[in-house]
Amino acid sequence: MKAFSIRALVALCLAAALAACAKSTDEIRIGEFGSLTGGTATFGISTHEGVMLALDEINGAGGLLGKKVTVITEDNQSKPEESVTAVLKLIKQNEVSAVIGEVASSRSLAAAPQCQANGIPMLSPASTNPKVTEVGDYIFRACFIDPFQGSTMARFAVNHLHAKRVAILTDTKNDYSVGLTEFFKNTIKQLGVEIVAEESYSEGDIEFKAQLTAIKATNPDVVYTPGYYTECALIARQARELGLEAVFLGGDGWDSPKTVEIGGKAVEGTYITNHYSPEDQRPEVQKFLTDYRAKYNGKTPDAMAVLGYDAMQMMADAIRRAGSTDGAKIRDALATTYNFPGVSGRITMDPKRNAKKDIVVLQIRNGQFHFVESIPPDA
Amino acid sequence: MQQLVNGLAWGSIYALIALGYTMVYGVLRLINFAHGDVYMVGAMAAFYLAHWLGFATAPSLPGFIIVMVLSMIVCALLGALIERAAYRPLRRQPRWAMLTTAIGISMLLEYGGQALFGADPKFFPQLIESAPAFRIADAVVTNIDLLIFTVSLLLMLGLRWFVYRTRTGMALRAVSVNYDAAALMGINVDTIIALTFMIGSALAAAAGAMVGLRNPKIDPLMGLMPGIKAFVAAVLGGIGNFPGAVAGGLLMGVCETLVAAYISSTYRDAVAFVILIAVLLVRPAGLFGTVSVEKV
Repeated sequence: MKAFSIRALVALCLAAALAACAKSTDEIRIGEFGSLTGGTATFGISTHEGVMLALDEINGAGGLLGKKVTVITEDNQSKPEESVTAVLKLIKQNEVSAVIGEVASSRSLAAAPQCQANGIPMLSPASTNPKVTEVGDYIFRACFIDPFQGSTMARFAVNHLHAKRVAILTDTKNDYSVGLTEFFKNTIKQLGVEIVAEESYSEGDIEFKAQLTAIKATNPDVVYTPGYYTECALIARQARELGLEAVFLGGDGWDSPKTVEIGGKAVEGTYITNHYSPEDQRPEVQKFLTDYRAKYNGKTPDAMAVLGYDAMQMMADAIRRAGSTDGAKIRDALATTYNFPGVSGRITMDPKRNAKKDIVVLQIRNGQFHFVESIPPDA
Repeated sequence: MQQLVNGLAWGSIYALIALGYTMVYGVLRLINFAHGDVYMVGAMAAFYLAHWLGFATAPSLPGFIIVMVLSMIVCALLGALIERAAYRPLRRQPRWAMLTTAIGISMLLEYGGQALFGADPKFFPQLIESAPAFRIADAVVTNIDLLIFTVSLLLMLGLRWFVYRTRTGMALRAVSVNYDAAALMGINVDTIIALTFMIGSALAAAAGAMVGLRNPKIDPLMGLMPGIKAFVAAVLGGIGNFPGAVAGGLLMGVCETLVAAYISSTYRDAVAFVILIAVLLVRPAGLFGTVSVEKV
């Protein structure tokens, strides 16, 4: 009796395992990994919403290569270690043909070597640190890179805001922040402006008054805080509590619906560099806004949602041009993306697998991100 | 000067949590590793209470006080529950059994918290709008910092009054000196120990609620570092010693802030561990502890 039940149990388990392994070749599987939970949850959630909107459109138009497209999403809980696990699961267990992810450069950097080693093309919607695509020829991105972002904000601060004293507050636990700081600093120095203070913090910190007090003592005009929205909003609040009135400058990591929610009045007047503005009157942007609001209860999409959508559409476009789901063919097709009409602008892949795109400067006024100016990539 | 104010604000928080560690060590010779997580539960409880009672949309000082007191009650009950369920059955067992259980409870609270509250950070409602209260030299003391100083001071004085001026307090001191003798004298040791946990947890909850107000990002793992730092503070002051815990807490807060400001913020957390090692090497009894020689 006992032996029979055990054997039956084992047989049942094997059957279940085999059933799970059965691949369906009637669909095209694309993997997505991102931070759906954790300190940068809005990045993952927004990207996912953009990807899903694109998926609806793609499947609504008949799918790709005559097959339905499925997106399998994995949450990395805002942790780099989990990114590796997530991507390995997508590649080995779900057998995806390509991967879309991630927003945070540190986490993309953790996952990229796995995709490269397995010959699965990875398209990051919003990671801006140059090191991400340097991992290998299977790694692409749909956005601009930090040398452009950092130097643009530096020039904006000096030329547009006439800043004479610049302070920098870097998240040293974060490749994105460290990279942006470096590029910003280089341009500031080239423009001959004084950097009066350089302080640092770690992602996940909640107390910044020690660093802010030190910064306040140097009396800066602007404080460049190229971090992620949770810490940046808290930093702004604590700065105002200390009486530090300097204008904050930041990168696309500030873009989140939570920034104003957490920062409140403290983040008013902040300038950031970003990928798109909802005030852009181009028809692609307006159509995207309408579709997104219809699907997600009137919510206005942030840059991560736009880039998630563009990345998914770019991937679909590449698969169509490749005519197959073979990794190498998709890679070649992605590499030759030219003038792709993305919502965030016309996207052309350069030889380093980065996208050449415009950058926009936005300012937070009355709790909303407003368009200030748009800067084209240097030739 | 501003750094001193920042440091003292955090120091008060560490002092409140350290008192909990010290009290439990005094009566049970147990380092309650789960204490830092009770602080977290306090902050979470305050968060939910603020929303449920509607104070989140109608911010006010009395509102915050009510929320804080209620969360103190919640955590007092939690502390009593933990003691009854996890520590009391092990009281006659070797010391390490309770210690290991404490670590287990700590993890239970942390990951249970993640499951229950969600792993995403939450933002404490601004029950009191932060505004500068007054200036000393070039330092700004906000109304929230002032609240933290005042409440901590009141709680500490209240505790001191309780421990030194009431019969129950005397019973508590008796149990700290000698557990068995106190039982022989007719003191209900079980009740005293439960009370100790309740008071310690209530103090931690007050700390949690105030931290939620001051640094609004709260998440289920927020108790980890402050718990360890408060433990170090208690050791620094002499574990088992009340004024020591307070002094240790304030000192920790100030040292941490000064290191973060003048050396590097990456070493902020490292300060606690450096202090711990230094104290254990140089003066293990702590600043205010009595150096006792155990006769074997």
